Order: sequence, then C-alpha cells, then structure tokens
Amino acid sequence: MTDASPDRAAERVARESYGRLLAYLAARTRDVAGGEDALAEAFATALETWPREGVPDNPEAWLLTVARRRQTDAIRRSTTRRHGEAHLSLIQDELDDLAMSHDAIPDRRLALMFACAHPQIDPAMRAPLILQTILGLTAADIGAAFLVPPATMGQRLVRAKTRIGELGIGFEIPDILALPERLDGVLEAIYAAYAKGWSDLADEGSALATEAIWLGRLVVALAPDAPEPKGMLALMYYSHARRAARRDSAGAYVPLEAQDTALWDQDAIAMAEALLRDASTAGPTGRCQIEAAIQSAHVARRLSGQDNWPVIVQLYDILLAMTGSPVVQLNRAAALAQAKDPVVALASMENLATDKRMAEYQPYWALRGHLLAQIGDTAGAHDALTLAMGLSMDPAIRDWLGAQRSRLVSLN
Amino acid sequence: MRFLLMLYAEEQAGATIPPEDMAKAMDGMFAYQQALTKAGAFVSTSALGATTDARTLRMQGGDIHLVDGAFVNQGGTLNVQEGPYAETREQFGGLFVIDVADMDEAVKWAARCPAAQWGPIEIRPIVNTMSANEPAWCADGGFAPDAGQQPEP
Repeated sequence: MTDASPDRAAERVARESYGRLLAYLAARTRDVAGGEDALAEAFATALETWPREGVPDNPEAWLLTVARRRQTDAIRRSTTRRHGEAHLSLIQDELDDLAMSHDAIPDRRLALMFACAHPQIDPAMRAPLILQTILGLTAADIGAAFLVPPATMGQRLVRAKTRIGELGIGFEIPDILALPERLDGVLEAIYAAYAKGWSDLADEGSALATEAIWLGRLVVALAPDAPEPKGMLALMYYSHARRAARRDSAGAYVPLEAQDTALWDQDAIAMAEALLRDASTAGPTGRCQIEAAIQSAHVARRLSGQDNWPVIVQLYDILLAMTGSPVVQLNRAAALAQAKDPVVALASMENLATDKRMAEYQPYWALRGHLLAQIGDTAGAHDALTLAMGLSMDPAIRDWLGAQRSRLVSLN
Repeated sequence: MRFLLMLYAEEQAGATIPPEDMAKAMDGMFAYQQALTKAGAFVSTSALGATTDARTLRMQGGDIHLVDGAFVNQGGTLNVQEGPYAETREQFGGLFVIDVADMDEAVKWAARCPAAQWGPIEIRPIVNTMSANEPAWCADGGFAPDAGQQPEP
C-alpha cells in the first residue's frame, strides 16, 4: 500500500489512465457508453474503499478489475442476442486476462481514437468524442469550448457513442500507410480542439489547447513511425510558443509581424523544430508537416530579420495543390502580398469572392480589407473591414480592425 | 428559422460609459448588423429606452375564465407600475431578429454580437411574426393567420 491520500491517488489515476482504461473496456464490447458507466462505478467504489482500506499497489489494475466486473454484470443482466455474443467474448477475455499480468494493460487508446474519428461519425462530433473518451472531459467543459449548451452536448455525445456501436465500428488500428485519410481524421479532430483553444483567449481556452497538445503527444507516442502526427504536434507547439505575444499589456491584438519575439516560448519552438526534423526524415510529406514548415519559416524570419516570403509562398503552393482548400488559398494570398505586392495577391484570390465558404469567414474579409487599403480602394476596404469586424467574436481583433478602418478614413 | 436575440446589459453601468467609448461600441454594433445583412441573416433590430421610462401593466387578483372563446379575468384590477416587470441585475436593452438555419447558427451569431461582451443574450426561436411592413412570417407548423382571418374590430 502506498501512503498517498486516496482522493489524490484516484485523481492521479483518473488523469493518467482514464482513456487507457476506457479504451480497453470499450474494445471488449464496442460499447463506449457502457465502458464509461463501468469505469465511473469503479472510480466511485475506489473513492469509497481506498480511504478505508488504503490505496492498492496497482490502482489502475484495481480499477480495471472492478470496472470489468461491473461491465460483465451489466451484460449478464441484458438478454439481447448481441449482448449474448458479447458475453461469450467476455468469458474468453477473462480467461485471457488470467494469463495476463495486470501491469501490462494493453494500450488501445489509438484504436479508440480511430473509432471516434471514423468516416461514418459526424465530423463535428469527432473532436468532442475524443476529448471525452480519451481525457474524460465532461460534456459541460466540451460544450463550453464548442459553444453548445452542456445538456445538448451530452445528448450529441450519447448519440455518437450509440452510433459507434450500431455501425459495429471495430477497435482496431488501420494500416496508417495504406489508409492515411483515417489518420487524418484523428489528427483533424485533435487540431480542431486545439484551434478552439487557440482562438479563445480566456483561461479555459488555454486549458483546451493544452489538452489537445497532450493528445498530440499521445498519438506521437502510440504511432511513433508515422510522420504526420509529429508534423501536427510541431504545428501546435509553434502556435503555442507565441501565445503570450499575441496581446499587449492592455489586451490589444498584436499581429505576428509586430510580436515581441522575446515573449516567444523558446522551449516550445525547440520542441517543434525537433519534431519537424524528425517527421521529414521519417517519410512522406503530409499536410501537417508543410503547415509546420510554414510556421518554422515565420519563426526564422522574425528571429533573423531575413525576408523569406518567397519560400513561404512556395510552401503554400505545395499545400494548395495537395488540399485545394480556400483557407490555404487565402493564406497564400497574404504571403504573396509580402513576397510581391497587393495587386498580385488580390488577383490570386479573385475566385474566393463567390466562394460561399468565405462569405462568413472573418479572416477573408480582414485580408481583403487590408489589401484593398494598400491599393487605395478606400471604399472597398472600408466595407470589407466592417464585415470583418461584424464577423469577429474576439473584441481585441474587432478593435484592431476598427483601428485599421479609422486610419483609412483619416487618409481621405 | 427566425430567432430573437434579447440583449441584456447593466443599465446603470451603461449610463456612465464616456461618449467616445460608446461611439466605438455602436460602431461595433453597426459592423455586426452589416455582417448579418451580408450573410442574408438580418431581419430587424431595435434599441430600447431606459427601464426608468418603462411601465408594466399587470392584472392583480381575480380569476381567468374562458368566455366565448376568449380569456377574461373576472374580479381582478388592472394596475400600472413604473419600471420593468422583473427587478434583475441586467436589463433587457435591445434586440435583433435574425434568420438562420438552426439554433447552433443563432448561437454563433449571438457570440459575434459586441453586446455579448457586456451582458447575457437570450436566444429564442420565433414562431411567427406579423408586421406592418412585410408579409406574415411563420416557422414550420407555426400559426400566422392572414389578414382575412382576423376578426373585425
């Protein structure tokens, strides 16, 4: 028995092992919600038992044993045929478990993430599912990040988990090299969680970004041979390194070109650079790696003062050919304005004016306003900046756009 | 679907904002309205006067009966009070009516409203609207009688 306090021990196990235990439990039955229930009961039993009897030597194995018993009981109580089959497989599992040491609980978290990011699961629910199943975040926390009320998010999570069971989505890890799009689904979901945290400047946002980085590290650890997870983790570290420099002491928005590089987190940048190097030696160059390379180029330019915009445009060319994404095209136009001039940049984004995906996309109107101002189209710039202000959820960015617009008026 | 965004704010705090800051806030509100319009989601907006100028009409006492298809109060007295219906920390100060696909979209637009920075916004689905300036509007299954069905005064 260890002498740590029982509450703290349960908390520590919860943080470190929740996803691992759930993935193992859910993989047995393909029933994520049932696994969650069993695990919740096991944690409740632990909080009741450990203060009295002490914390067991292997808390994780203890929780797994209790949860498995609950899970088996629940299935025995049910009489459907599907559950009958699951019951038979559970009996087999238990025989297997007898032969297996409790210290070696197989890590099936990557398989659980693949199930959550399966092509048949609503793309909008993939990130929330991973946050709940792997990290054990509550529907309330996840709902806050995605601007959905807790009860609604709870219902959507339940439906998505039911769907995993109904579709019979297996808990196996697809051949990542043969099916790179399956891995992309997982990476996209994690990055979506990071992006939510990044755009939200409040502390809760920062917490979500930190959780996403934790997930990114987990995928890198579980799939060490795949280069794209490293590219994505590098991408998140590059962004994370600049968090403190994005606002001045008064809370005003500071664009990348004006940021005080002394405020950048050098350790995070070093980790990002190392991951990106590692990824590019390991295999094919994917979307995340190129996006990370672009971030690396921005960091190099700001730290050295050496113009490297043409290289950034070239990287965007590759990324655009790969994705055809209007957001990539937009970012390329911004780089093009620096490498060449605003006229060329505006011409390169002409087709986006009729793209419905851009109509409510704030960065599109902000860039358009910025470029129109540079070529002296004051009226056009004013309209575009007004729309960008109206589409912004962030008051600091709204103020910054408003200031740009005021300078426009004073030129006249 | 149409939604009503009810903007609440602390009226007292609002009254002490310096004019130049208020102008900036109104600029933000105007930009928001432009963005709604561009997205085809804008229907209407109103700013409300102070609650100190409000009156609340309330029937006190009596019982409600259904008489000849109309609800009438019997035995109650109609009173007028100064001020709003409820004493709350924040007061209902303005509104937007927007037309968007669903509640998730409505919440997204409410989050873009500058007023979300200084007070709560209640978002309610609208069942139907009758207006002096446009044809009656009705959500699926909602009730919007046309002028011909309205009883003679």
